[in-house]
Amino acid sequence: MSEYERGSFEAVIGLEVHTQLKTATKLFCGCSAEFGAAPNEHTCPVCLGMPGVLPVMNERALEFAIRAALALECTINGTSRWARKNYFYPDLPKAYQISQYDQPYSEHGRLVIHMEDGSERVVRILRIHMEEDAGKNVHDTQAGVSKVDLNRAGVPLLEIVSEPDLRSGAEAAAYLRKLRSIAQFLDICDGNMNEGSMRCDANVSLRKRGASEYGTRTETKNMNSFRSVERAIAYEIERQATALNAGERITQETRLWDADRGLTRSMRSKEEAHDYRYFPEPDLLPLTIDPRMIDRVRSELPELPEQMRSRFVEQYALPAYDAEVLTASRPLAEFYEAAVATHANPKAISNWVMGDVIRVANERAVDAEADFTDLPVKPEALGKLVALIDAGTISGKIAKTVFERMVESGDEPATIVEREGLVQESDEGKIASVIDTILAANPEKVAEYRAGKDKLLGFFVGLAMKETKGKANPQVVNKILAKKLRG
Amino acid sequence: MSRVAALNELAIEEASRRLRAREVSAVELAEACLARIAATDARAGSFLEVTAETARAEAREADRRIAAGDAGPLTGVPIALKDLFITRGIRTTCASKILESFVPRFDGTLAEKLRAAGAVLLGKLNMDEFAMGSSTENSALGITRNPWDLSKVPGGSSGGSATAIAARQALGSFGTDTGGSIRLPASYCGVVGLKPTYGRVSRYGMIAFASSLDQAGPFASTVRGAAMLLQAVAGRDPRDSTSIDAPVPDYLSGIGDGVCGLRIGIPKEYFVPGMDGDVERAVRTAIDRLVALGAVPVEVSLPHTDYAVATYYIVATAEASSNLGRYDGVRFGLRKGGGKGLRDMYGETRDAGFGAEVKRRILIGSYALSAGYYDAYYLKAMKVRTLIRRDFEKAFERCDVLAMPTAASTAFARGARTGDPLKMYLSDILTISINLAGLPGMSIPCGFDASGMPIGLQLAARPLDEPTLLRAAASYEDATDWHRRAPSLEAA
Repeated sequence: MSEYERGSFEAVIGLEVHTQLKTATKLFCGCSAEFGAAPNEHTCPVCLGMPGVLPVMNERALEFAIRAALALECTINGTSRWARKNYFYPDLPKAYQISQYDQPYSEHGRLVIHMEDGSERVVRILRIHMEEDAGKNVHDTQAGVSKVDLNRAGVPLLEIVSEPDLRSGAEAAAYLRKLRSIAQFLDICDGNMNEGSMRCDANVSLRKRGASEYGTRTETKNMNSFRSVERAIAYEIERQATALNAGERITQETRLWDADRGLTRSMRSKEEAHDYRYFPEPDLLPLTIDPRMIDRVRSELPELPEQMRSRFVEQYALPAYDAEVLTASRPLAEFYEAAVATHANPKAISNWVMGDVIRVANERAVDAEADFTDLPVKPEALGKLVALIDAGTISGKIAKTVFERMVESGDEPATIVEREGLVQESDEGKIASVIDTILAANPEKVAEYRAGKDKLLGFFVGLAMKETKGKANPQVVNKILAKKLRG
Repeated sequence: MSRVAALNELAIEEASRRLRAREVSAVELAEACLARIAATDARAGSFLEVTAETARAEAREADRRIAAGDAGPLTGVPIALKDLFITRGIRTTCASKILESFVPRFDGTLAEKLRAAGAVLLGKLNMDEFAMGSSTENSALGITRNPWDLSKVPGGSSGGSATAIAARQALGSFGTDTGGSIRLPASYCGVVGLKPTYGRVSRYGMIAFASSLDQAGPFASTVRGAAMLLQAVAGRDPRDSTSIDAPVPDYLSGIGDGVCGLRIGIPKEYFVPGMDGDVERAVRTAIDRLVALGAVPVEVSLPHTDYAVATYYIVATAEASSNLGRYDGVRFGLRKGGGKGLRDMYGETRDAGFGAEVKRRILIGSYALSAGYYDAYYLKAMKVRTLIRRDFEKAFERCDVLAMPTAASTAFARGARTGDPLKMYLSDILTISINLAGLPGMSIPCGFDASGMPIGLQLAARPLDEPTLLRAAASYEDATDWHRRAPSLEAA
């Protein structure tokens, strides 16, 4: 049996996540950090890397960074240091990126993720550091010409580096979703992978189950969605397992994920890797963080996903998985809570949100991230819809139709029910007469039922619902049918 | 002193007094300097660019301010800047081909402050390319000669800043000092050159060579003139995180209080075997003069002096290798090989744009920072730097000012050291430690050697103690007249 046969090995995965901080201005100059301006509109001598200019740190970015460190239970270092990472590329105006290297501002945190099967994993955070983003090279506007857009150059980033504690692509995606939700709850990052405000590189290696040594790892880049992260890591695990099974060695290298072809390919080997010639940034003083600033930021922290998740389980008596899904993003959690505030049936509303609401949001978003702030169905309307079910005014089945009408028109559920005559029929006399007609028309089936074929009850219920165009109260139908069939 | 000084020969303090007394106009002063430049710069080669028209306009504006009673001490004083100070609308080249056509669209802090003070900018001064050198021979854009002997170098890297004062082409100038680049040319040219405490003057708008060492400072014919120039540019700058947030004292108040009781430290390591006999005699005589004026001599030791040059050439080149990465042909300055691939463009641009010394230092610095060498070179150099700083802290427990030669010899002949980089590097052996420690230091004239070349007395003080430094220097200057001597610069 091969050493790396499925089940005999485990994948060891660590993620490096870059999150773009949504400060108003860049990390080291006063230019706007907003996305989407005309090329090079948000630039000045400092972020253009003109001769003679100097960086000055944006205090707001530091505050955001401290929020993240606290939320991820990291130690915050009283003194840390900026470093220069040197390399040449046209989108890097100074030919160095101001980053942090041997002395990051924050280390040793943890993040707990909850999987769908109810399992939970603690992922240790190795470090978080601050750095500036690079600009963007544009190659496709004019043949034979490359252009450089430096609007993004100098936008603040956090690089969050996990320990190699993840074991599958699904766990990596769950970790990333959790990080995003924390960043969104903290209001420090949009968390939009498509626009690049959140980016992720994955270090993947395999080792024999139970081994303590790590195998040779590869670093995979260019994953632009949660799904890509999951797929790319799964691919990389399979690729490495196949290679190891064939007796090959894994090459330490950087690989690129090709989402169209669904595979990773080699970008550069370890030998071709840059020597970044890191050294302490002499243009900035060591970064000292005042404990009072940390205390202030801590006191202003909002409720975090993990806290909200626990509260949902307790306050709404929800299953852990429901709470995890509902707290994945703050707009989603807010949607849920507003709906429950309108009508206090937390589990029923959870089912609607996790099912239909998320589906509709995803359908509308297509390639973008789901947006729960701008849905045609408002949370209050969803609450009212569930209230109509609970009051027996409409059936659950009719409610699905009403929901679709709400999505199309944005109208109140009661308006739709009234306009389309969808009110549930619970009048026993009326339902009894419908059932009498059905039984009279199907004497053989009645006989079969009475002879012991219980399953035929469903057949009669179906006919009754069809006859009433779905409006009949199923409980009343069941009750009357049972009585009449007993004869 | 029989001859009446021409306007361009005035000390700044005297020009300032006469301007405000309306005895002379800013326009007359500027014209006198421009005429002197026109008459002498073909020989001295101080200027890379003379901004005559803007100087005249600024002078007229200065006269208006003076007439309106809105003048500061420097309003109307003609000055010039080393060509690494960013000046809006005025070519700023760093004496490099790579920036030969670079015209900044913004002002650096120093230029902005001098503009606001009403100083009249005569032009931009020659230097070693990117301030890398000790003789100004590394300029890619011009030759600067020592006004005392045109066959000799003016020192560097701020050679033009020193010759402009020595040749009386400007009343004041600014240079930068990374390892001695103000003090050495001041010494070689017989003028006053002051390197302030690291962080005292903003670096915003100073094209960087070695960020942790670079410091701007003034040149003038007198100590008081230098003090006035420093006054105009010193202070915290929100655009430079490394600028020191400390109040700026009045550098003229108390400058004439003398040295009675001041402890003058004489570091034994700075009187090195092999140093020029005339230099040693002149410096010892100068120290004796300070003692005669009431100062108390104290012998001190700076034991790590021997390691200074090696330490400096690792730290400075490492920082330079990174600072000079931005000259890549992408956004400004020279671009070569633009139609080819990226690597060719980078390679051809930097090959054509940088001179040999700049390339040498980029290579040394890149090597020192390379993976596997960082600890042995850069990290160790940073540790030695700390030891050197402690040497000075210890010395300043026993004295208030250090006195020593600025250079072991007087100006050398053009070409004498260009073939031997190490010998050239050793020109800075007596100035470098003060940069590594971040201290204020200055060079003032203290005599001439047998061939008539100027000798500099170097003084240094505790961080931010420019007032004591200036007081000691002024006390010596008041008691001597070396600073009144100027080269004739007549055509050979």
